Amino acid sequence: MFEIFGIPSQALFGQLLLGLINGSFYALLSLGLAVIFGMLNIINFAHGAQYMMGAFVAYFLLNYAGLNYWVALIVAPLAIGAFGVLIERTLLKWIYRLDHLYGLLLTFGLALIIEGVFRNYFGSSGLPYRVPELLQGGQNLGFMFLPNYRAWVVVFSLVVCLTTWFVIERTKLGSYLRAATENPALVRAFGINVPRMITLTYGFGVALAALAGVMAAPIYNVSPQMGAHLIIVVFAVVVIGGMGSIMGAIVTGFGLGLIEGLTKVFFPEASNTVIFIIMAIVLLIRPAGLFGRSA
Amino acid sequence: MTQAAAITPIPAAPAVSRSETVAFVAMVLALLIAPFFVYPVFLMKALCFALFACAFNLLIGYVGLLSFGHALYFGWASYVAAHLAKVGTIQIPYWAGKWLVIPLPPLSTELAILGGTLAAAVLGLIAGSIAIRRQGIYFAMITLALAQMMFFFAVQAPFTHGEDGIQAVPRGHLFGVIDLADQSNMYLLVLAIFLGGFLAIYRIINSPFGEVLKGIRENEARAISLGYRTERYKLVAFVLSATFAGLAGATKAIVFQLASLTDVDWPTSGEVVLMTLVGGLGTVFGPVVGAFFIVSLENLLTQIGQWVFVVQGSIFVACVLLFRRGIIGELAQLLRIKL
Amino acid sequence: MKVLGNLAVLSAILVSSSAFAQYTDGVIKIGVMNDMSGTYSDLSGQGSVLAARMAVEDFGAAAKGMKVEIVGADHQNKPDVGSNVVRTWIDRDQVDLIVDVPTSSVALAVNEIVRDKNKVFLVSGAAASDLTGAKCSPNTVHWTYDTWALANGTGTALVKSGSNTWFFLTADYAFGHALERDTAAVVEKNGGKVLGKVRHPFPGTDFSSFLLQAQGSKAKIIGLANAGSDTINSIKQASEFGIVQGGQNLAALLAFITDVHALGLQTAQGLIMTESWYWDLNDANREFAKKFAPQNRGVHPTMVHAGVYSAVTHYLKAVEELKSDADGKAVVAKMKATPTDDKLFGKGEIRADGRKIHPMYLFEVKKPSESKAPWDYYKLRATIPAEQAFRPLKDGGCPLVSG
Repeated sequence: MFEIFGIPSQALFGQLLLGLINGSFYALLSLGLAVIFGMLNIINFAHGAQYMMGAFVAYFLLNYAGLNYWVALIVAPLAIGAFGVLIERTLLKWIYRLDHLYGLLLTFGLALIIEGVFRNYFGSSGLPYRVPELLQGGQNLGFMFLPNYRAWVVVFSLVVCLTTWFVIERTKLGSYLRAATENPALVRAFGINVPRMITLTYGFGVALAALAGVMAAPIYNVSPQMGAHLIIVVFAVVVIGGMGSIMGAIVTGFGLGLIEGLTKVFFPEASNTVIFIIMAIVLLIRPAGLFGRSA
Repeated sequence: MTQAAAITPIPAAPAVSRSETVAFVAMVLALLIAPFFVYPVFLMKALCFALFACAFNLLIGYVGLLSFGHALYFGWASYVAAHLAKVGTIQIPYWAGKWLVIPLPPLSTELAILGGTLAAAVLGLIAGSIAIRRQGIYFAMITLALAQMMFFFAVQAPFTHGEDGIQAVPRGHLFGVIDLADQSNMYLLVLAIFLGGFLAIYRIINSPFGEVLKGIRENEARAISLGYRTERYKLVAFVLSATFAGLAGATKAIVFQLASLTDVDWPTSGEVVLMTLVGGLGTVFGPVVGAFFIVSLENLLTQIGQWVFVVQGSIFVACVLLFRRGIIGELAQLLRIKL
Repeated sequence: MKVLGNLAVLSAILVSSSAFAQYTDGVIKIGVMNDMSGTYSDLSGQGSVLAARMAVEDFGAAAKGMKVEIVGADHQNKPDVGSNVVRTWIDRDQVDLIVDVPTSSVALAVNEIVRDKNKVFLVSGAAASDLTGAKCSPNTVHWTYDTWALANGTGTALVKSGSNTWFFLTADYAFGHALERDTAAVVEKNGGKVLGKVRHPFPGTDFSSFLLQAQGSKAKIIGLANAGSDTINSIKQASEFGIVQGGQNLAALLAFITDVHALGLQTAQGLIMTESWYWDLNDANREFAKKFAPQNRGVHPTMVHAGVYSAVTHYLKAVEELKSDADGKAVVAKMKATPTDDKLFGKGEIRADGRKIHPMYLFEVKKPSESKAPWDYYKLRATIPAEQAFRPLKDGGCPLVSG
């Protein structure tokens, strides 16, 4: 056994793995933000609130309908995605012609409303949600004890991220999407219903947030404020990666999870701030972000 | 992409219009007699937030930059002012475990406020030079992230006393003579600071410098092609905005005799955006009206409890969808005057 | 300067007229201020208003010819909002008593104002032991618990029962440091050993990395020197990593029954914590909970709610004897002179520094199989007798305590 800066290498592997798991949440959320931004040019401030709603739907399903985690994994994104579609149809569609900042303000207001309503009805201390039976327990990897659920989180979020990337970058549907982002008028001329595409894209981005919420429910406290702090970190992730590319969002998400994990070992006092510090440094060197196209 | 194109339409008008002068005189008179009818501490709080909103408006209304992290300057200035007035001695870590210690006695009130304001200016310079590298929503996200980072520092730094905050800050004597423990003296000082800040900001936006800022807001590319180094203009505007926000925060620390985490946290950043939005982005009096509106509302909601977030969020949504000009903007439109 | 003079005269008139009004208005006005919309709204919130109302009813104030009014306010965890509310309450609405006030920044600010205005402040929700230490006030009584009592209760009782090696998971800010320091001192005093500690940023979401470090220490007890959502997340993730099954126990140094409710027994089982009150401890408490819960979204009373009830009861007793609520210092002096006795906290006393003295209880969270009803969460592990439960009078550094 060798040591790196006084930390046994085995412990370090464990920490890296944990960092990767947190990175999965960053990746899923920043991916959703990037998809929405690409199509709507809106930064969805309500993303954190929608993530929280995903976790709550999982709770409702289990406690009121007796439907387990696996059902929630499908139903929650659909339900919250539909909610997203509703928001897009009733509110967001009125502001596309305005400055992008209004989108940020509107979704910020939405986030406050959603969080407030949940606090009023479900209190603030949170609700219990257990790791699904199938994934309880864990594996002893020799260098660490890895709960099965965490392994599942990493694998599943990687699959979701890569599928999304594939659909958008490598399929016909995706090429329509990308074209509509570049030149909506032209795509409309080809007979494609662009407004509907926008609506569905927003719904999809929101569904990704809800999916992350369901995945978070067994390990993080299911409470109305669970999304609020996370979303600010995810914003920093998005700034670092640049929202130009889907792959960029995914890679940055996982990468920053790793870096944060390392900080927790070597300098735990800074682990809350490290992502912001990296953001500042990246902006000084590459203002457009690591994967961003400069405007 | 049309970046930050005209966040609010403002009718072209002469530099200082008569309507503005009348409104200003009315505002001053109203604020002078208000303490006879309204609780003075409440008024002082509203004035601090009004100045804060005016400072914020300088950036969004006249440069088109939406900062989502203005609590950083407001909150840190209030910490620094409170610390200077109560403790004095400054300790700055400059290397792992090494501290630069400047032994100071507790400072007088005016110096403490000045110190807080100065701290905000320095922070504004640092944060500004990072944030102005991007525009639009990126700018908003960067300012938010930087503010959050400084929030975490505020939580950890020993001098802020974490969740307890800096309590029992002495109000002291202004210039060693005027006793600020007296409510009316304190009120007049806050009013003077507010009016001073308000007029200074007004002067800035109507100066040639301000005209360049508006030019950048309307079309940055054109301003660049005309030979203006827009980066520098934006940075100066950012620092000015942070400084006035700091002045407001420092004053608030003295009024309430405390500095706490609330003022550096992101909901405060959101609140100042809301105040300015409600009052009217890019209007001179809008932020003041918006601040009074939101602070009164917050006061009202303390009795009802619970629905604070929902109400604030609904106002946000309503403003964006229905009243983008804000109270003062709509009023000005209706009366066809400049306010 | 002329304006200034006028202002001074006018505000002086306003203030003095309201001061006179208190002798004549004949109403005892109680202001319950806490967090009704944020993090602490479950453990205090509307429930505390309800508890105060129940105290007034049970006291039979109306029958005794005392007119009591209760107002509630949400300080939104903002000290400026809180101090604004309290100032207006006292100056304009003639509120005589402020109760509850969780969040130490707000409580400390209110402490100053109430002392200034000579009213009464009964703290139930806030934890800061400074309120009866360096910042103690002749107008303030700290009722339910404080950080010292929690640290002491958990630390002493656990070490005495053989759990003598500790590792701390500490929130990296003043509050967490204080909690860790107090507990570590108690552990070492009783012959235990602190094997290590790790400071996590506040607020945090993922604690697995820190928990692994704690696990590696092989300490028998992992002390959680954090609060609220941080504590819940630490416990949730500790269960995921099989820390309790691995033979280590978690001790939450500041947690409430609402936190256990949020975690669920499956996750929280085996958790050890100190509280001053539990609804299922005796018949009187159960009866109170039975009346309370249906009016509070089913949420059972926490020790903070019970503390509000008990504090208001004792206050009314003192005011009834004095036949006046005007002089806050006199009321508190009377409260200190009279032994406390109510159905929830039993017999006790208030010390010169404003500390209410009663026993504290060390609880262990039940296994799901042991719990027979909703909110049946705790089994009693130890009782810390009243005389040992709180910081000795001489150690607090309270200026009110002479010598």
